[in-house]
Amino acid sequence: MGITVEGANKRFGDFQALEDVSISVPDGSLTALLGPSGSGKSTLLRAIAGLEDLDSGRVMINDEDATAKPAQKRGVGFVFQHYAAFKHMTVFENVGFGLKIRKWKKPEISDRVHELLRLVQLDGLAGRFPSQLSGGQRQRMALARALAVQPQVLLLDEPFGALDAKVRKDLRTWLRHLHEEMHVTTIFVTHDQEEAMDVAEQLVVMNNGQVEQSGSADDLYENPANEFVMSFVGEVNRLGDSFVRPHDMEVVLDADARTQEGMVQRIVALGFEIRVEFVLGDGTEVWAQLTRNELQRLELREGQIAYLRPVQAKSFNGSSPSQDHGASTPRGSADEGDAEKPAAV
Amino acid sequence: MSSSTASRWGLRTLGLGYLALLLLAPLVLIFFKTFEDGIGAPIDAITSTEGLHALKLTLIMVAIAVPINTIFGIGCALLLVRHKWKGNAAIDAVINLPFAISPVVIGLSLFLLYGADGWFGPALSEAGIKILFSIPGMVLASVFVSLPFVVRETVPVLQEIGTDQEQAASTLGANAWQTFWRITLPAIRWGVAYGVVLTTARVLGEFGAVTIVSGQISGQTETLPLFVEKQFFNFNTSGAYGASLLLALLALMTLLAMNLLKRKEA
Repeated sequence: MGITVEGANKRFGDFQALEDVSISVPDGSLTALLGPSGSGKSTLLRAIAGLEDLDSGRVMINDEDATAKPAQKRGVGFVFQHYAAFKHMTVFENVGFGLKIRKWKKPEISDRVHELLRLVQLDGLAGRFPSQLSGGQRQRMALARALAVQPQVLLLDEPFGALDAKVRKDLRTWLRHLHEEMHVTTIFVTHDQEEAMDVAEQLVVMNNGQVEQSGSADDLYENPANEFVMSFVGEVNRLGDSFVRPHDMEVVLDADARTQEGMVQRIVALGFEIRVEFVLGDGTEVWAQLTRNELQRLELREGQIAYLRPVQAKSFNGSSPSQDHGASTPRGSADEGDAEKPAAV
Repeated sequence: MSSSTASRWGLRTLGLGYLALLLLAPLVLIFFKTFEDGIGAPIDAITSTEGLHALKLTLIMVAIAVPINTIFGIGCALLLVRHKWKGNAAIDAVINLPFAISPVVIGLSLFLLYGADGWFGPALSEAGIKILFSIPGMVLASVFVSLPFVVRETVPVLQEIGTDQEQAASTLGANAWQTFWRITLPAIRWGVAYGVVLTTARVLGEFGAVTIVSGQISGQTETLPLFVEKQFFNFNTSGAYGASLLLALLALMTLLAMNLLKRKEA
């Protein structure tokens, strides 16, 4: 049950959008496809929906081979980033479209549409046209439209991408609650790791048309398979060949064998969290995440020398197929000359 | 402020004056000329057997050529925008030909194809099908000269609406046909409507190509524009003006019909 994709390949001209991609989405789960733009996540989602034909590979929806089925027969609900509202139809007609196609009787369509409009909190706006709705309302209408036909799976392509931050957060929470109520197998595509971690039970991280890793949010954060995943699911500093999360950078005032000397370049207070930026002897820039209390205890000032001790560092030596990926350059590290590093310690 | 106001008014006056002189003045003049010698003469001319036949024939041209070009135009626009392949550039260029070529040349080329010595002429006449000097040839000429309008008006609208709505419809269970009728066509309807109005106006007024293929047989292959010309050369000016006015009114009614439909919907 659920959704399985096996060995999917898709090429657009010279661009390999999907390269031997296999994923498995458990029945009733909420899964996020996470990755930078151009990573193939939308192509994969569209291939599952039947909106894109695979060059090779297989798509299974609830144990049925859907690879050769056209979109109209796959029983998927699809929500587009830009809503894809039928502009010449009212909200009611939009939501009832799939039912009308299925030749439901008018009173039944009416009951079902109003039930869904209540669910997405658009009751009372049934007679409006999409142009009279806000972005968030349009997307909820699109969701109701997709749910109306009781799809086997729900696919959302960057559903909140076009909305402003506040609405985005509300809709995120709302989607999670909706999923808890409906339990329809759901996949949503996003490039926002915070959104993915907030909403999804399972994450599939994609890059350059390949799956880098999949697992729970905790799993990916604690045990990233490679440099790309580590830097994509959270902040990261690069120290020589190893990678350290900013909150795993301990700042001390006395040097010892495991510390590196650095000069405090800038202290940025982000509420309770403090971002302290250091420049190391070799010019590497790193940052440590401290709490307000820690900062007060250390009495750090800009221009001061302090010592950094990585509490937990990871290295992915030898097994990193993603080293040449542009997007994998860890944030907070501006160095390219790794070779000089040991001399600086 | 005042100088910019002055220049704005200056520009407006210039623009409107130009339009008035170029477009409005001749039409108004025709209107007055028509009724110069009373209302009787133009009415007589139009209601003569030849006049009525010319009107009927013109309406027949419109009734055949406009639907053909509408269906072809929508299909062609869909092909150009929705199905990318290498031949698209060639199709796109060929569709513009009727705009680029003089209607007289189009008429002559039809002559070469269907004439007694033409490519298809002998075979067709053997089969008893008459193209030249009869309605089929005139329809062909009208279709040819007005072919690009619906395509040209529909292509940009199709590009603008994108494929999201159509894809959404297909995920909701609609097949290609249902998607076209329920989603695509309503979304492009004003582009198509504008193309239809332009096509109608062009077919109503077509002269060059039709002159050549029709043979201008009074009461048989004479459309309103040809009728106007004949009246004019026969010194029946009030008849010519009357028929001209009728043509202008027909075109105006088409425009008005579209505007009314649009307003009704909004």
